[in-house]
Amino acid sequence: MKINVTVNGTAHEVEVEARTLLVHMIREILNLTGTHIGCDTSSCGACTILLNGKSVKSCTVLAVQANGKSITTIEGLATAEGLHPLQEGFKENHGLHCGFCTPGMILRASELLANNPNPTEEQIRWGISGNLCRCTGYNNIVKSIQYAAAKMRGDALPSTEPVFV
Amino acid sequence: MIQCKTSKAIGGMGHSLKRKEDVRFIQGAGHYVDDIKLDGMLYMDIVRSPYAYAKIKNIDISEAMKVPGVAAVVTGKDLEKYNLHWMPTLMSDTQMVLPTDTVMYQAQEVAAVIATSRYAARDGREAVKVEYEPMKPIMDPYKSMDPSSPVLRTDKPGKSDNHIWHWEVGDKAKTDEVFKKAEVVVEQHMHIPRIHVASIETCGCVADYDKINNHLTMYMTTQAPHAIRTVIALVAGHVGLTEEKIRVVSPDIGGGFGGKVPVYPGYVIAIAVSFLTGKPVKWIEDRSENLQADSFARDYHITVEMAGTKAGKIQATRFKVLADHGYTDASANPSKFHTGLFSIGTGSYDYDTAFMEADAVYTNKPPGGVAYRCSFRVTEAVQAIERITDLFALKVGKDPAQLRMENFIKKEDFPWKSPTGWTYDSGDYHAGLKKAMEAIGYDSLRKEQAEKRAKGELMGIGISTFTEIVGAGPSKDFDILGIKMFDSAEIRVHPTGKAIARFGTKSQGQGHETTYAQIIAEELGIPAENIHVEEGDTDTAPYGLGTYASRSTPTAGAAAAVAARKLRDKARKIAAYLLEVSEEDLEWEPGKFSVKGAPEKAKTIQEIVFAAYTNHPQGMEAGFEATHYYDPPNLTFPSGAYICVVDIDKETGQIKVRRFVAIDDCGHIINPMIVQGQVHGGLTQGIAPAMYEELIYDEDGNILNGTFMDYLVPTAVESPHWETGHVVTPSPHHPIGAKGVGESPTVGAPPAIANAIMDALSPYGIHHIDIPITPFKVWKALKEKGVI
Repeated sequence: MKINVTVNGTAHEVEVEARTLLVHMIREILNLTGTHIGCDTSSCGACTILLNGKSVKSCTVLAVQANGKSITTIEGLATAEGLHPLQEGFKENHGLHCGFCTPGMILRASELLANNPNPTEEQIRWGISGNLCRCTGYNNIVKSIQYAAAKMRGDALPSTEPVFV
Repeated sequence: MIQCKTSKAIGGMGHSLKRKEDVRFIQGAGHYVDDIKLDGMLYMDIVRSPYAYAKIKNIDISEAMKVPGVAAVVTGKDLEKYNLHWMPTLMSDTQMVLPTDTVMYQAQEVAAVIATSRYAARDGREAVKVEYEPMKPIMDPYKSMDPSSPVLRTDKPGKSDNHIWHWEVGDKAKTDEVFKKAEVVVEQHMHIPRIHVASIETCGCVADYDKINNHLTMYMTTQAPHAIRTVIALVAGHVGLTEEKIRVVSPDIGGGFGGKVPVYPGYVIAIAVSFLTGKPVKWIEDRSENLQADSFARDYHITVEMAGTKAGKIQATRFKVLADHGYTDASANPSKFHTGLFSIGTGSYDYDTAFMEADAVYTNKPPGGVAYRCSFRVTEAVQAIERITDLFALKVGKDPAQLRMENFIKKEDFPWKSPTGWTYDSGDYHAGLKKAMEAIGYDSLRKEQAEKRAKGELMGIGISTFTEIVGAGPSKDFDILGIKMFDSAEIRVHPTGKAIARFGTKSQGQGHETTYAQIIAEELGIPAENIHVEEGDTDTAPYGLGTYASRSTPTAGAAAAVAARKLRDKARKIAAYLLEVSEEDLEWEPGKFSVKGAPEKAKTIQEIVFAAYTNHPQGMEAGFEATHYYDPPNLTFPSGAYICVVDIDKETGQIKVRRFVAIDDCGHIINPMIVQGQVHGGLTQGIAPAMYEELIYDEDGNILNGTFMDYLVPTAVESPHWETGHVVTPSPHHPIGAKGVGESPTVGAPPAIANAIMDALSPYGIHHIDIPITPFKVWKALKEKGVI
């Protein structure tokens, strides 16, 4: 069946099966491979995208449920002006190692910051608790999100240097 | 503060350079194996056994073949025609690719369905009907050892029990003697449970066989692409796939942790199908398959004993291990020892007597094991020694920090020969623990704890002071299929002074594209940003053994430094020629040679490189390239002092890690930001088995937590805010004095956490709980002691 979706600002008419998962439509029909698959139980969040601005795990949404809706993937975050503050934050603060969870983590964080521009460390930790990272130990993901939040608020940017005891 | 020899613009060692590889990852432009799409590509899905032990009576593929899009169903009988139904393991054991008659564990591969799409392959999988005759599995390794137990490996002619191997090291007679005479002996039995690396990317491949050119390109999630190429050539040489016709490409890897070292049956089937059909075949496992069938880690049952004096001097240790290897020993273990590097378990303490022995058995569990971010069996060893050290301290009535300080090997005693034969290269254990104690405020925490205890509150402080052993390894102790465990670097500097460097290792997130560039920048003065690093393509990279066991910096990092020094020697000759002085009259500072006493007479490395292509001395070979294969003379011995503080809710058993300070000594630091990132990540993979993770099976062999719904990988909420620091004792035998760091925290953290929890419970006579220490286990222990 045909559905209509706007992906990263571009309208698409896409032919899908009724059972096609949104993540498979994004990766395999639209060839946007920045959205990853890490589990089959919507536990890991590697497939997180924005659907009408809300972060969802695209492995647990049918493509047909996105009909008429707007999708943002990691490929759609940077603009002509440059990287999204979260992309910059993750790079500047070593918020990633293997990079596999990163797109989902960044998109989840974008909704978190849209709802709460100045979150505490605890709010960030709970806010990303639906996204698993196996490499970083999360310290620097928290730091990356704090950096992006400051940048988006227009505050002075925190230091990106590692802090040692 | 880390001293840098190079400017920030050059970005050599000690600079927290931002990672070069991140540019693609943050924009979704990483290129992982499942992102590969080739023309005419077929998809493979795998039928898996619902039983842990069963005879296969029949496999009916007729309905599956009717599913639209299904092209073929492959069974063990099909592979048997090509003698591909079994494959050798690295440990000289054998593993089924697909079974012809018996399945040995739940989720074992039974048949493969090949189809034109991912969904059709899954539909076909559901339509394959397999008739099984279930048998009673053996799930308990102790029962497996029982002579009355049935023999599991009936495929092995003459096999009369389930025993795989026996291993021992140390002086048994002397150890028994010391134990007999010792004033104090403590003993503890513990199980280090079966866990899974659970990298967020699962395993998979695209096998692309080109019939016309008789050439195989194998894109796969492997930590060791070159070794895999040789393995394929050894296995498939008889059908004409010789090594020059095989290219293995390891694209971006979404986490490895040892789980992407083994050769899994799925890879072999994909190659076989591509070879037979002439079409590319993609196989990507899903998370359940990954957790249920891929190599496990740990599963060691250990009895550890420590002997010492009443005054708290450690005199000897004794270890007895039972290893549960599942139905075959498919360990990703490149050492010549069955138990990998378990013999590091004598620890950081100065005594000369130890004996260790281990036996391995078959059970009806998945095969393995892999390291789970450690240098193979080091985590098990460190858990044992650090737990027993605490129990010894308790028995002799000493503070565990003080007891450790009194027993540490002194820094002036390095290189130090361990009772099991290792030569520790360097360390300053006293400095590390002192720094950790000061950072966390050890003395005031002990005072607070005394006050809390008086009020009946549960607070614990746990220490782990571990010695790691990494950088496999010296050829005398390590090989894969006889290939020595060197690693390699090839540096090519272009005429304009920019470089490409290729390595035999393969990053899975460790940041090689940045740190290797920094090593070369340090040695040559070419800015790290102008050095492009490549790995993972066997057609272009020099041969190496891959990335695991924290070996990349100790081996390939060393190779980079040595290759760069070869180039610096050449640069000196060219500079002497250009400046018309003798080589001895030149002095080097990062980025240029100048004439001694006349610093204005100088040539930059870029000018020298350009001359290597345009104006080199007569008789000298043109170009500016060097390669080095580095065979390490010894392993490296990173160490750490970790202190953990926990608060426990008495009523619920809930454990809160309040603080965790990790002081690591990984020798000279290449990139402090990346080293710290590695430590953070390793610590979270340390709290994981200490408090959350365990693969649990019932008596019938069913896995009870084979998905991410119930296999508890820590989230940002469980993972505490880590506090890290370092002391630096350079490795004396490594060209840049580095030791490797990725695995230290995974090794060191579990006993610090376990010791903290046991310290909290100790006033109630609770002295040991096996990891993972869950709230339920704590609550149950308190209940049994009548505390609640």
